[in-house]
Amino acid sequence: MMERALSIRNLKVSYKDREVLKGIDLDIYKNKITAIIGPSGCGKSTLLRCMNRMIDIVEGAKVSGEVFFGGENIYAPGVDPVKIRFKIGMVFQKPNPFPKSIFENVAFGLKINGYTGDIPQMVEKSLRWAGLWEEVKDRLKDDAYVLSGGQQQRLCIARALALEPEVLLLDEPCSALDPVSTLRIEELLLNLKERLTIVIVTHNIQQAARIADYTAFLLDGNLVEFGETSSMFTVPKDKRTEDFITGRFG
Amino acid sequence: MSAQEVKFRPHLERRKCIDAALKFVFAGSAFFGVTVLFVLLFRIISDSLGWLDLQFLTSFPSRFPEKAGIFPALLGTIYVILITAAFSIPIGIAAAIFLEEYAKKSKLVSFIQLNIYNLAGVPSIVYGILGLTVFVRWMQLGRSLLAGGLTMGILVLPVVIVSAQEAIRAVPDSWREAAYALGATKWQTVRYVVLPSALPGIMTGVILALSRAIGETAPLIPIGALTFIRTLPKSPFDSFTVLPIQIYNWTSRPQEDFRAIAAAAIVVLLFVLLSMNFIAIMIRNKYQRRIKEV
Ligand SMILES: Nc1ncnc2c1ncn2[C@@H]1O[C@H](COP(=O)(O)OP(=O)(O)O)[C@@H](O)[C@H]1O
Ligand SMILES: [Mg+2]
Repeated sequence: MMERALSIRNLKVSYKDREVLKGIDLDIYKNKITAIIGPSGCGKSTLLRCMNRMIDIVEGAKVSGEVFFGGENIYAPGVDPVKIRFKIGMVFQKPNPFPKSIFENVAFGLKINGYTGDIPQMVEKSLRWAGLWEEVKDRLKDDAYVLSGGQQQRLCIARALALEPEVLLLDEPCSALDPVSTLRIEELLLNLKERLTIVIVTHNIQQAARIADYTAFLLDGNLVEFGETSSMFTVPKDKRTEDFITGRFG
Repeated sequence: MSAQEVKFRPHLERRKCIDAALKFVFAGSAFFGVTVLFVLLFRIISDSLGWLDLQFLTSFPSRFPEKAGIFPALLGTIYVILITAAFSIPIGIAAAIFLEEYAKKSKLVSFIQLNIYNLAGVPSIVYGILGLTVFVRWMQLGRSLLAGGLTMGILVLPVVIVSAQEAIRAVPDSWREAAYALGATKWQTVRYVVLPSALPGIMTGVILALSRAIGETAPLIPIGALTFIRTLPKSPFDSFTVLPIQIYNWTSRPQEDFRAIAAAAIVVLLFVLLSMNFIAIMIRNKYQRRIKEV
């Protein structure tokens, strides 16, 4: 039996009075890459945001159900969302470095969380994990916005990795990037999965096929199918999955 | 005749004529404001010629125009603005942070917001009467610098709040999300991400608000900013006067020479105001470029 990083049970989310996740049950396995695919608006980002309680900052969002992380339901009363986000990192669709230097971007999480180790050393380590060190080591003091889009996104990954999270959530991290930058990030994620668990939302089915060990197919707030990527892409169990991955809709 | 010529009557000449005439009207309107400003400046500067010198800046007012100066008024203006700034900046920014970052949408919050907008439109004399009641009488500060500065502080507070709110709102949400996703608390997000990015915008708003306060006369009249003082204010509880009131006082004298020194004082006041506006615009231009890059 494989170890689980996250277990989602009967998760429902509504915005105002519209239900957008209608009871999701999903297991995220440790040190694997899990892709979440589905047509736009089906609830992928919402589901991802529930995994580290980023959903809390969305005004009007109501969550019910459970998400177990390390044996604890992160939606139980009294659980501090700040602590959860400290352990479960997140990277967003559009690269969003702070308007600070490259160094300060990576050091940010360390500083606000009272890191007791050597900050410059950890910054270097994180930038190496993100495959960005060689490109920026001589200009750590430069503004993050001098970097290209792909570099900015890797900087955001480095920034998240600096806290050494157990899980990294990525919401369509390549959708604003060119194919070369996309491939670099995919390589990077494949290298990272020995260190942590990765969940990636993607609208790109080929990307899921290339990097994901497991894939979840979401449609209209329901989990239609979940399984090993290789089997799901060769013999989908559900007709709707087959239609989606063969490009018949979405 | 081509098919087109049969079907259309373009009146090209007439259309072009209207075009040219309207262009003239629009340009004239645009230049009107600038022209007025320049005529005004020219009049005032030429009136003040020969009067504006170091002696004028460092002397007390006097019955003799050639001996008169604006030193107490200039100092009074500076002190009043410092008190105004010390009062309105922290409270204004704190209120803006609350409204933008902490307050959830509710009836109470929209009520507060609406009234801040309303306050920004209240005539300034009303603030003077409020200051007289609250600061001079009720808090027994007397007709002092402190009462004047606080009254001005209340006057500019709504403007400071609204402009700080706008600057805070211009900070992209994606930066806030990034901070939260790294385990930042709300205050850490505000302190280390929102405020540093919003600061130039806030400063622009604050400077413009303070420059408005420097030019205000009405709210200080009920406070009794004396128009003729023999001593410099040495503590916040001393009486004072400010430039606009000194100017008003001189322009109401019958002698020609007093109008000339009033013009000289106006030049000083305008110089202060225009430099403040210039600084504000410089900061804003630099800042806007920054936000657009994102
Ligand atoms: N903050 C919000 N308020 C209201 N509705 C929202 C909000 N965010 C997303 N939605 C709606 O919820 C549904 C799912 O959104 P999302 O999770 O972003 O989908 P996806 O990432 O799969 O495109 C969409 O129909 C979207 O319009
Ligand atoms: Mg999405």
